[in-house]
Amino acid sequence: MTSKDIISLLPYEAPFLFVDGLSKISEAGATGYYTFKETEYFYKGHFKAHPVTPGVILTECMAQIGVVCLGIYLLKDEITENFKPEIALTSSAVDFYLPVFPGETVTVISEKTVFRFHKLKCNVKLFNQKEELVCRGTISGMLKPKGND
Amino acid sequence: MKNEDLIAKLKTIVQPYVQDEDAFKNLSEETTFVGDLKINSANLVDIILDVEDEFDIRIENEEMEQMLSVKAAMAIVNSKITS
Repeated sequence: MTSKDIISLLPYEAPFLFVDGLSKISEAGATGYYTFKETEYFYKGHFKAHPVTPGVILTECMAQIGVVCLGIYLLKDEITENFKPEIALTSSAVDFYLPVFPGETVTVISEKTVFRFHKLKCNVKLFNQKEELVCRGTISGMLKPKGND
Repeated sequence: MKNEDLIAKLKTIVQPYVQDEDAFKNLSEETTFVGDLKINSANLVDIILDVEDEFDIRIENEEMEQMLSVKAAMAIVNSKITS
């Protein structure tokens, strides 16, 4: 399964897709990247006349790359033609260290800690282009192929 | 293991994930995890993993699907620790 296959199976699209590509994926974890365009819709209001990427969006980016892309890869043996992953974020605990401004490219690195009974839990880190740690945390979700318990 | 000891251990495991505190106070063998205690599906997995660690057992997918109530959980744990 290529990273293109994985991204095409993601249930998101613009303006809420925060994955440009994956550079590494295995049973143990995923690495991917995203560039925050200056035209992203949330910069209009966060903050007034001072655009900064919201923490919830950074968390979303970490979840899409680190948990959902990895989860689709882990489910690859259950994939059928009509495969649609059914996903739900179930918990997140993230600490933030640095801001991300419009135009920055971020890299997300996740490590699987638990994947059982359709629950995927990962330690996830997000870095900026200077390879500085922007935020890190633990994110969990439930993932299963649709119509298949 | 005595039933009351088993229930006490299960209560300790379940408590951090409970959303309905009143249902937890009145917990009995008939109490269900999702319906009564309002535990979400991900935390139900956490409970299963904690049960595995506590009793040093391994729970399979089919068994996990049956573990809907305190009674069902007790039956599965008992069948594993005595076998």
